[in-house]
Amino acid sequence: MALPEVKQTATEARLATLTMPEAGCTRAAREDALARVLEMGLPGRRDEYWKYTRPDTLISAEQPHAALFHSDEPLLFGNLDRLKIVFIDGVFSAEDSDDLELEGVNIDRIEDICCKDIHWAKELYGVLESRGQSPVQRPLAALNTAFAADGVAIHVTGKPTKPISLIYRHASETSDAMLHHIIRVESGAEVTVLENGPAASRFNKCIEIDIADGGTLHHVRAQGRDHERRAATHMFTRLGQESVYKSFTLTVNGILTRNEQVIELTGDDAIAHVAGACVGDGDFHHDDTVFVTHDAVNCESRQVFKKVLRNGATGVFQGKILVKEGAQKTDGYQISQSLLLDDDSQFLAKPELEIYADDVACSHGSTSGAIDETALFYLRSRGVSVKDATNMLTLAFLAEAVDEIEDEELAEAIVNRLEGWLSRHI
Amino acid sequence: MLEIKNLHVKLEEEEKQILKGVDLTVEAGKVHAIMGPNGSGKSTLSYVLSGRDGYEVTEGSATLEGEDLLEMEPEERAAAGVFLAFQYPVEIPGVGNMTFLRTAVNAQRKARGEDELSAADFLKEVRAKAKSLKIDADMLKRPVNVGFSGGEKKRNEILQMAMLEPKMCILDETDSGLDVDAMKLVAEGVNALRDEGRGFLVITHYQRLLDHIKPDVVHIMADGRIVKTGGPELALEVENNGYADILAEVN
Ligand SMILES: Nc1ncnc2c1ncn2[C@@H]1O[C@H](COP(=O)(O)OP(=O)(O)O)[C@@H](O)[C@H]1O
Ligand SMILES: [Mg+2]
Repeated sequence: MALPEVKQTATEARLATLTMPEAGCTRAAREDALARVLEMGLPGRRDEYWKYTRPDTLISAEQPHAALFHSDEPLLFGNLDRLKIVFIDGVFSAEDSDDLELEGVNIDRIEDICCKDIHWAKELYGVLESRGQSPVQRPLAALNTAFAADGVAIHVTGKPTKPISLIYRHASETSDAMLHHIIRVESGAEVTVLENGPAASRFNKCIEIDIADGGTLHHVRAQGRDHERRAATHMFTRLGQESVYKSFTLTVNGILTRNEQVIELTGDDAIAHVAGACVGDGDFHHDDTVFVTHDAVNCESRQVFKKVLRNGATGVFQGKILVKEGAQKTDGYQISQSLLLDDDSQFLAKPELEIYADDVACSHGSTSGAIDETALFYLRSRGVSVKDATNMLTLAFLAEAVDEIEDEELAEAIVNRLEGWLSRHI
Repeated sequence: MLEIKNLHVKLEEEEKQILKGVDLTVEAGKVHAIMGPNGSGKSTLSYVLSGRDGYEVTEGSATLEGEDLLEMEPEERAAAGVFLAFQYPVEIPGVGNMTFLRTAVNAQRKARGEDELSAADFLKEVRAKAKSLKIDADMLKRPVNVGFSGGEKKRNEILQMAMLEPKMCILDETDSGLDVDAMKLVAEGVNALRDEGRGFLVITHYQRLLDHIKPDVVHIMADGRIVKTGGPELALEVENNGYADILAEVN
């Protein structure tokens, strides 16, 4: 079917600005992905899946500008023992990164997986992204598979003693970066992956995660606060039997963020939790789009998303739980809530359940509300200032999402970031 | 200490006059009780004194040690020494009781230009005071008032009062919903705070709390006014005959 003309033109214009990396063995996957992009076209304003978020600046041929944000706050995860992998404007920096050696894990750059003949990687690159194109199209992810110039392949075979920390620095005000990572967690292995930093003026990032039976992956991400930055990210995760995936994202400012999580529970007794806390001010626009597919018995999924919005900020949540035929004993939970600190801000939510099994327990809820005036007065009557009381209630609102982070040290780092934001903005 | 003169209050949103000229002075070291039928304006008075939104003072004044309370924000009143034990203590999910107490204590100390209490000193003090109110460690850890029984909520109010050491303590029906044992605990908590420099305004429906917290002065409030003032015997009279006689006599 031919694409609408507007979409065709926009897609061609964007593609004209991109060059496919040579990278030998991913070449076929990249060509396939390009074919998908050509067939789907890049997202347009009329697409149902982009009803609440305008994709224009995410697909434009021009590189959007984003000023760098300077702050004297201590670095996030700065005191934590971790393996640092640094990308500057989307390019790996060996100089700033640690040695990629860590017991229980092998880490390689995507461009090296061919010469090293890393089989699992060749079998994963573009595969989960491609699976994730149905039933809903995600053209920006296919674009990423085709053109991402850098990224790492992380093979987890044991239980590394420290987290793998992907750090995304933003150095040029007109950077336009694409990164594609792949992670394979072997049976019984366990790893924590951290991500933080603004990455680029415009950032398109895709991670494909394959967790084998009994494997565990913890993911904690903090998206950088450069006010004008834009990001479209995808995480495609496939879970085997009794495997665990727990992901938390903090987003603090940024003019446009679209985070998609596409999760497929394919083995019995698997657990997937995705959570997000975001705080936004002014022309901030933040979109969490989650699609969880239950395709096995007795799996648990949880989605917990909380957004604090002020001064006209917009929050979007599109979350779906699809329970396939035969996925009995599914336990699916989804909550999305916003705290609107004024009348100008808005929260748009589209929670969806689609269930084809009869023995399941799924619930979802979405709310939008202001600060509880009674609670605020109670705190103030004890001597707490309006500002501090508002901060306390705001953190309390976000607590359910932050509590999804299991590691206390990481949770504390995230709470510190939130407190920093609140003290600057409220 | 607390001086209320000809206080008239209406609802901000509606043309409804609730307080219609309240005159009341509480001296330092004294316990004043206010009794009165439901709807007479007792809670409204306590809210107006502590600075809750939604009310408009149309006439009159309220001062604490000469300072105009009505001009202050709620947190400024707290720092000046006003404390209200709520008739309905508020549940705050996500805020730990201990964190809340410590934030409040330190906010008030800061407002008064004092040093913050160290974590260790705070902990020591809170534990001792909680113990005498039979508040266990678990209640201190839990979110503020969430899942607390009626009695636990009221004891938690008294714990806050004990930690904040206010000059002017206002207790709004702190006895309602309490069984005899819980009431005794609460009364002991209040009595432990009785002190020459501190005033109390105890709002209650029943004489029984006043058996444990002996008032110096008893006021009867009806339809937004103090209609009668007397000694402790006035509370007994209410207990025995209800409000009808007093109200008839006043009218
Ligand atoms: N926020 C409010 N909105 C509407 N009516 C109110 C409000 N606050 C108080 N009132 C009314 O004012 C009167 C006095 O109430 P209140 O002060 O709670 O009395 P008391 O504590 O003596 O029972 C009642 O008629 C009550 O319905
Ligand atoms: Mg009342």
